[in-house]
Amino acid sequence: MTERENILGRIREALKTKVPRPGLTDEAPPSSLPPVAGARRWLPAVGGHFKDWVELFSRNSLELQVTFQLLSSSDEMRQALLHLRDAEGWKRVASHSGMLPDAICPVLSLIMLHTDRPYDVHDLARCDVGISECDALIAQTGTVVLSSRRAGGRALSILPPHHVVLARRDQLVPNLPEAFELLKTEYGNDYPSMISFITGPSRTDDIERTLVLGPHGPKKLTVLCV
Amino acid sequence: MVAFASPGFDRMTVTLFIPCFVDALFPRAGIGMVHILERLGHKVVCPAALVCCGQPAFNAGYWEEARPIAAQTLDTLKDAEAVVIGSGSCGAMVKKFYPQLFAKTRREELALQVAARTWEFSDFLVNKLEVTDVNARFPARVTFHDGCQGLRELGLKQPPRTLLAEVRELELVEMSEAEDCCGFGGTFAVKFPMISTAMGEVKCASALETGADYIVSNDASCLLQIQGLLSRQGAKIKTIHLAEVLDQQ
Amino acid sequence: MTGNAKKFLREAWRMTRDLRHRQTVRTALENNEIARNQRQAAFQDWPAARQAAAETRWEAVNQLDQHLTVFAERIALRGTKVHWASTDMEACQIIARIIQTKGARYVIKSKSMTGEEIRLTQALEVAGFEVVESDLGEFIVQLRHEAPYHPVFPALHLARGEIKELFQRELGDVPSDSPEDLAMAARSVLREKFLAAEVGITGANFAIAETGMISITENEGNARLTATLPKTMITLLGIEKILPRLEDLALLMPVLATAGTGQAMTAYNTLYGGPRQFGENDGPTEFHVVLLDNRRTKILADVEQRDALHCIRCGACLNVCPVFRNVGGHAYGATYSGPIGAVLMPHRRGLPDWKHLSEASTLCGACTEACPVKIDLHHHLLQNRRNAVRKQVSYLEQFRYDVFTSLVNHSLVWSLAKKSAWLAWPLHKIVKGTVLDPVRAWSRARDLPPVPRESFKDWWRTRK
Repeated sequence: MTERENILGRIREALKTKVPRPGLTDEAPPSSLPPVAGARRWLPAVGGHFKDWVELFSRNSLELQVTFQLLSSSDEMRQALLHLRDAEGWKRVASHSGMLPDAICPVLSLIMLHTDRPYDVHDLARCDVGISECDALIAQTGTVVLSSRRAGGRALSILPPHHVVLARRDQLVPNLPEAFELLKTEYGNDYPSMISFITGPSRTDDIERTLVLGPHGPKKLTVLCV
Repeated sequence: MVAFASPGFDRMTVTLFIPCFVDALFPRAGIGMVHILERLGHKVVCPAALVCCGQPAFNAGYWEEARPIAAQTLDTLKDAEAVVIGSGSCGAMVKKFYPQLFAKTRREELALQVAARTWEFSDFLVNKLEVTDVNARFPARVTFHDGCQGLRELGLKQPPRTLLAEVRELELVEMSEAEDCCGFGGTFAVKFPMISTAMGEVKCASALETGADYIVSNDASCLLQIQGLLSRQGAKIKTIHLAEVLDQQ
Repeated sequence: MTGNAKKFLREAWRMTRDLRHRQTVRTALENNEIARNQRQAAFQDWPAARQAAAETRWEAVNQLDQHLTVFAERIALRGTKVHWASTDMEACQIIARIIQTKGARYVIKSKSMTGEEIRLTQALEVAGFEVVESDLGEFIVQLRHEAPYHPVFPALHLARGEIKELFQRELGDVPSDSPEDLAMAARSVLREKFLAAEVGITGANFAIAETGMISITENEGNARLTATLPKTMITLLGIEKILPRLEDLALLMPVLATAGTGQAMTAYNTLYGGPRQFGENDGPTEFHVVLLDNRRTKILADVEQRDALHCIRCGACLNVCPVFRNVGGHAYGATYSGPIGAVLMPHRRGLPDWKHLSEASTLCGACTEACPVKIDLHHHLLQNRRNAVRKQVSYLEQFRYDVFTSLVNHSLVWSLAKKSAWLAWPLHKIVKGTVLDPVRAWSRARDLPPVPRESFKDWWRTRK
């Protein structure tokens, strides 16, 4: 018998006795809705319109120390990126091919490392910024959802000290349940090897409970949305 | 104000269970309860056979040894119309834990029935009798300590506060650690005295911060712990049982 | 009293005397409580969310064989190698063998309570591999050769000065003792380790059956690096961590963050389903998942305490426990401390040696109230006490309770007892706090109230 059989066997044996659902003693009614449908009702409230979502994403970003800019044109996005380049003195930039990076990044006039082609991570580690697309922005929590397929692999959004996300306004969804629905629709049965929900820059308060940004991942997270 | 003059008043025979340590160490709390219930027009009986609910042995895991004590209590309460217990922890024992202790024994049904007719004192006044004003007067600033079993096993956050709100000239100030355990926990207090004391110190400090004259609780075992520490510290703040406050006129 | 119990008492004495430590822990956890309460208040209906989270975990655990089977099948379809380990030793051996087969030596780890449980780092070091903890707090305690203090805050007990000294000694010069400088010093050292590591080992918070993925919740991003840079990735996972559906995470992720750290979401919640896919240019080329039993099936079989497997390792119960707040995590001497640890350790390592943790509690119930997946924690502590007595009665204690029964069950005897106490009271004042004092454990730090001459029953009787 393999260990698999042993373990499954012990589980089946144990589960011959049923255990009632939790919460019976505190007179809580059983959950009236499946988790994700209920989550829409129980998680923090989100307004019904795009402008509410923008406002909420904006507020959350402020709290998380994420720089969020809603822009009206690709030109504005290019300007914003140039501004960052100059303010931070970017010399080496990494990105991937995609509708937005292809349209926006050339304005930087910097040699770019492409992580969607074979590359050396040591080179990526020396880059000042990683610029990626995303799958969604979640208003409810100020989260960026991205995958290894659509955001240039696994390392681009975690290795360089600054991560810039180029997003489209139709990618802004109100809440977590919507985000999961979007992922299911987009990827169906063929998921990328990594999907990450990013909420703010990398952070720790392991030392004297004091907040420090960027202990491992990016110290700065910027979301440009057009 | 007082209910018994109004139409629809139901005079009850209340079996008052004053538990062992309240009987021995805090008799005035029990006396207060008798006065209040009688003033409200009910008949109070205190059977001599009601001494202990059996919680000490039960909480220590000695369920076999707890049963004879609990059985005597249960049998004494068999025909009681309404049982009022003068302590949150003993109230929890009878209401929540007797059904477990007597599960699969011949007293299982009785335990469930008695539990349904049992209330902790403040719960009885507010939720059963629907009385919130007992015509009390206690000119002092007080803070309330929530005994854990009354709070979490019986869900009694509000009733004591509802009653205190109607006491004339009483000012209630909440301490930030009102719901934190005082550290008594029965035998825990002597098996792990250092932790018990540390927990009690947090409670005392929280109470002192309010500037209150009194710490009030509906659980006398908590008052035992808190008063014990305050005495040792030489602190000015005093402890008093909820029933004693409500008995002041 | 067992060795463990004695050790616990010694530690408890030491820690409760350390007022600075008590203050540090209390402040940290009180701030955590404030953040947690704020986040809960932001929910439209936290009680409903909590009930649903509890039911989701209940569903997962009570159909564990089905969901595990589906999970293993689906994640294997994505190129992942799935291993099953009945015991801690087997899991260590499996992982060591994987590393050996790759001819690798340098291993980097991200936080895993399960890894602590099976003493993985020690086992791998004995096998000759170099293992580095990448989580900042864990990295710090690893340098100190200490166990983590708290599952979510491993270095809670350390001051910045101590950490600076440690880094100066072990890593080289550090500009200052500011948390920023210390964190950046650790970052550059660990970055090098990440780039050199050949194997990355992670834990996981959840495993999704429906889509064959594991989910890792973190704030620092070191797990993401562990899952990205080394060529081989191994995830160690307790079998109980299953969730049936992908979208269950829409509820569990925010609930975990809220209850654990008072955040809306942690910085990184990442799903991994396999090694790098065709078209991806980074990420591990090999991905292994090791499914661990190690007595989880035993807890599953305990009908009263099966819900302990709902645990999502949020740390909420530790954070609110007044015992934990006053003695700290190390005193427990166990992988899992706090209330959940007190519930689990007897199952893991036997009741006789671990019942003292269940006894070191007032059963206040704050833990049960805080648990986002409704584990009946404090009642399990009571059950552990009962089980310990059933297994091994203390004749002395039994005698004491029998004596107590005779006192209280006979009204005459009870009257006499009260009268004797009143008579003995003045004598007590003489021996109070000394070796002769029968209640010395109490009177060392606390006074006793005077025994009144007239008890309640006396008053009641005279009234008639």
